[in-house]
Amino acid sequence: MIPASFDYLRPHTTDEAFAQLQQYGSEARVLAGGQSLIPAMRFRLARPAVLVDINSLTELGHLRINEVLTVGAIVRDSEIERAPWIGERRWSLIHDVSRLVADPVVRQMGTVVGSLCHNDPSGDWTAVALASRAHVVIRGKAGIRRVPIDDFLVDSFATAVGDGEMALGAEFPVPDDRTAGSYQKVERKVGDFATAAAAVQVSLNTDGTIRAAGVALSAAGPCAVRVSEAEQLLVGQKPSAELIRAASNTASQRSAPQADLRGTVDYKKNLAGVLVARGLRQALTRLGVHA
Amino acid sequence: MKVQVNVNGVAYARDVEPRTLLAYFLREDCGLTGTHVGCDTSSCGCCVVVMDGTRAVKSCTMFAAQADGHEILTVEGLAEGGKLHALQQGFWDQHGLQCGYCTPGMLLTSYVLLKHQPNPSEADIREGLAGNLCRCTGYQNIVKAVQQAAGTLGQPAVTNA
Repeated sequence: MIPASFDYLRPHTTDEAFAQLQQYGSEARVLAGGQSLIPAMRFRLARPAVLVDINSLTELGHLRINEVLTVGAIVRDSEIERAPWIGERRWSLIHDVSRLVADPVVRQMGTVVGSLCHNDPSGDWTAVALASRAHVVIRGKAGIRRVPIDDFLVDSFATAVGDGEMALGAEFPVPDDRTAGSYQKVERKVGDFATAAAAVQVSLNTDGTIRAAGVALSAAGPCAVRVSEAEQLLVGQKPSAELIRAASNTASQRSAPQADLRGTVDYKKNLAGVLVARGLRQALTRLGVHA
Repeated sequence: MKVQVNVNGVAYARDVEPRTLLAYFLREDCGLTGTHVGCDTSSCGCCVVVMDGTRAVKSCTMFAAQADGHEILTVEGLAEGGKLHALQQGFWDQHGLQCGYCTPGMLLTSYVLLKHQPNPSEADIREGLAGNLCRCTGYQNIVKAVQQAAGTLGQPAVTNA
């Protein structure tokens, strides 16, 4: 239950951190909130020889909205939960997840970007990032690149961040004011991994038809899954109970969960659909539409 | 490696292995055994301490090295001049503990909760303590204790929409 030995480095600038990561390559891991990495090290599922602690890098602590919402690599979940703009309807998906990820104490250390980089199959932020079409900003040898979340999430616990590279932050597009979302999660207890979860975001045209839709599932495959079939079904249509049912059915079909103590495959597939339907109804209700 | 952590206003300079977890640093290197270790895997909240006055952290899931140069508040630092902190008094008066094992974590999580929400509703308190487990299941009195400390005991329960 005690982690294997490692060397601890605490850089004071991003340049220094990047140089250290380049030097140690696959031997090194970035330590941000540590709320997944440290338990993994304690179970000896992870044995990095070097930890690069980025918590002193205040330059990665920014949480701001310009053309996009930028979340720096050491921004805690609890900072999102308390952001002054978080009550705006357009951010409802992000608001929801900020109150449901992990538990209230873990959220005071855990980071958004760390959660994306960990890419747990049952992670919450990964599904939200898919539904809101986020990007992750990565610093590599060739410079800084912005990777769409669909390309970022490679496989369970694997991302587009290569050895010696570093995720600097995440960028979420600023939704227009006819946008709302919802995050729906069923968990056995607060802080447990999701039995199933769905992230949904909907933007309406002035005529009430759906302009854009994001639908993603967690705990439904090797990593979070975009349900593009459901998104395509929704776009261009007027919200209706029938439309929601159709989107929900596609999500159930798309879900490919593993059976465990939380439930059987059939149960989880069904639940994925139920949560997409609940999410769509809640997002639409937030937009004043009752379908 | 050398670390210096300010715990309850006292500077503790120690030589530790990087893999030393903060909970064990506090208990074994500083001799402050008020911080309890329950599940040891960040699920139960027994080991919660306060970092820099504003953040409740699970000390079993943080390295002592990360606390280097920071201020940590443990349960030993809550009372001042022999007078119990309002939260401790609340737990005393409302029978907020049975076996007492989860109590330090409950107190320190509540300490930060009240910093951010000085007038929490009952629902806020229950939500804020959702990461802290009490195996005696004494939640009702724990919530009352925090309400007493916040001065909201006896007020009608309202939920923040």
